[in-house]
Amino acid sequence: MNANNSPAVPTVQLLNPEGDYGVPKEWATYGKYIDRLTEADFLKFYRDMARMRRFDREAEALQRQGQLGLWIPAIGQEAAQIGSGYGVGHNDHIFPSYREHGVAITHNIDLMSILKMLRGVNHGGWNPEETRFHLYAIVLGSQVLHATGYAMGVKMDGKVGNGDIENDLAVISYFGDGATAEGDISESFLFAAVNNSPIVFFCQNNQWAISSSVASQTKVPLYRRGEGFGVPGIRIDGNDVLASYAVTAKHMDDAREGAGPFMIEALTYRIGAHTTSDDPTKYRDASEVEYWKARDPLARFETFLRRQGISQDFFDEVDEAGEKLSAEIREATFALTTPPVENMFKYVYSDPHPRIQEQFEWIKKYEATFGEDAHS
Amino acid sequence: MSNFVELSIAKAINAGLRKCMQDNPKVLMFGEDVAQLGGVFRVTEGLHAEFGDKQIFNTPIAESGIVGTAIGLAMRGYRPVTEIQFDGFIFPAFDQIVTQLAKMQNRSEGFTPMPVVVRVPYGGGIGAVEHHSESPEAYFAHTAGLRVVSPSNPNDAYWMIQQAILSDDPVMFFEPKRRYWQKGPVNLDEPPMDSYSARVLHEGSQLTIATYGPMTAVALQAVEIAASEGKSIELIDLRSLSPIDFPTIINSVKKTGRLIVAHEASTGFSVGSEVAARVAEEAFYHLEAPVIRVGGFDVPYPAAKLEEIFLPDADRILEAVDRSLAY
Repeated sequence: MNANNSPAVPTVQLLNPEGDYGVPKEWATYGKYIDRLTEADFLKFYRDMARMRRFDREAEALQRQGQLGLWIPAIGQEAAQIGSGYGVGHNDHIFPSYREHGVAITHNIDLMSILKMLRGVNHGGWNPEETRFHLYAIVLGSQVLHATGYAMGVKMDGKVGNGDIENDLAVISYFGDGATAEGDISESFLFAAVNNSPIVFFCQNNQWAISSSVASQTKVPLYRRGEGFGVPGIRIDGNDVLASYAVTAKHMDDAREGAGPFMIEALTYRIGAHTTSDDPTKYRDASEVEYWKARDPLARFETFLRRQGISQDFFDEVDEAGEKLSAEIREATFALTTPPVENMFKYVYSDPHPRIQEQFEWIKKYEATFGEDAHS
Repeated sequence: MSNFVELSIAKAINAGLRKCMQDNPKVLMFGEDVAQLGGVFRVTEGLHAEFGDKQIFNTPIAESGIVGTAIGLAMRGYRPVTEIQFDGFIFPAFDQIVTQLAKMQNRSEGFTPMPVVVRVPYGGGIGAVEHHSESPEAYFAHTAGLRVVSPSNPNDAYWMIQQAILSDDPVMFFEPKRRYWQKGPVNLDEPPMDSYSARVLHEGSQLTIATYGPMTAVALQAVEIAASEGKSIELIDLRSLSPIDFPTIINSVKKTGRLIVAHEASTGFSVGSEVAARVAEEAFYHLEAPVIRVGGFDVPYPAAKLEEIFLPDADRILEAVDRSLAY
């Protein structure tokens, strides 16, 4: 426990680690967002949290078997991602970092698009404008400026503050505790604040930037990072899917209505490694990991659902769906083929560029000299 | 009958910007001090009065933020033109330009083109303090995904800025700052050629000089002096540094057998280095002498009292001409 995750910091929590639901008076405005949810919504949240975890475990196994070059685990962050993902409206645009597999699930991104990147087939390649889920960003903080520019454009388009949920939109950008150190994040806060842009900055504080603890990344709790720029913020219990949903939904609504930028810090924990290349046993205590495993977001929500009277049949059905997902993912991963050589050249420029064309022509001829041993 | 006007390079860029902003309200102009002031070189003077905050605005002094938000605006369907106040201030934006702007079209497999123009006043010769006189174009010409151009005269400036704005690829637009006030005729009706073709400015038979941007006027002076001494030199204004119009250079070298490449930028790993290597690959048997690079020294841009020693002048080019012809 360090200064940054001290319980003294006011934190929005609607579902406590024991699975008890309650709305403290000061968070009543968020409680209203839960009041309008149906049982079907709760089941959808759980189903997708379980799906996200299953996907994660399967992808890690595929990496260990040499089928993926790398995996980026997000176990422990299911509530932060599935909750906030569902808090994002159907016109809103999402700018993820590289660990937002759960947010991708909530917006119907084909999970194979993510595995393709990690297998080395491409660098993304889905349609960001159509899916509203922009490409994963590897350079920390880079995507937050793009999100800010996008939000500036939304406002220029007059798509803010019309009270028209069908046409108004806002932008959300995800990033981690480590990324907050990047200048691009500070510049994003500033540009968004001076332009009063419709954007929510969603920071998943999973407490570890590879091997650097959050205490080495910030002196002040992260939800206050935007204050000096004019971006107010709030901390939520990132392992509480209901808080994550309600707070995101409320501030996306506000942004859409013209309230300007806002920051949400979801305090959570990265149960796994930074990536499959990392060894967290070298820099953190097992007791810390055990402490957070006991606060598992899925187990917490399961307890809540069972108390709501959700039967074992539902959980069995979720398990079955998980088995099916694993089998599908494995099969689809094995079926991925090496991309054609032309993919390296054909998207570099929109309009023809002679240097690229010459080199493509050259490699085709060169490859042809190998006959049947040539690449595709 | 074409419609010609006499404009400085700065006014020509201004006129080209105005034309694009009139034609398409999605064309935005932003950067540091570009609105009411018109930029520190007044290139955008009057545009704010005409188009207002919706199309031209000042940003915080944060170059990464300027380019990063331009990327987001381009994703939203805008065609941003950004101004980096001086060459030496582009480096805070280097990450966004190289890792994001240049790669977005490729990363998205064509779903996300980047019609962004980054305008950069560049080069020395104005007696400025540190970081105000640099020529960083080679960094960007080295980067796949960017187009890099530099006009040398008002007519090209007027048309090339418009061609850059119409491009769906990101364009680094290097403006020769010491020539901003150089005047010349601008044909308002008809573009001279596409942005990516080099122009033979002066025909000759004994030697070719390839140059671009602010060095073009210096090289032309050298060509004229050489002509008075009976030497016939062909002068090529490259105009575009990515792509480089190699066929025009190679054809010229096949005719003359000799090549000098001149620019203000430091000589090592420069545009001149790339041109020399390419000519060696493609016109080796036509060369009568080694290709000679005439550029700035491989030192940090010096204090202003020494810049006339750093910057190649007509004599430095003529010294290289003599060496080449004597080889």
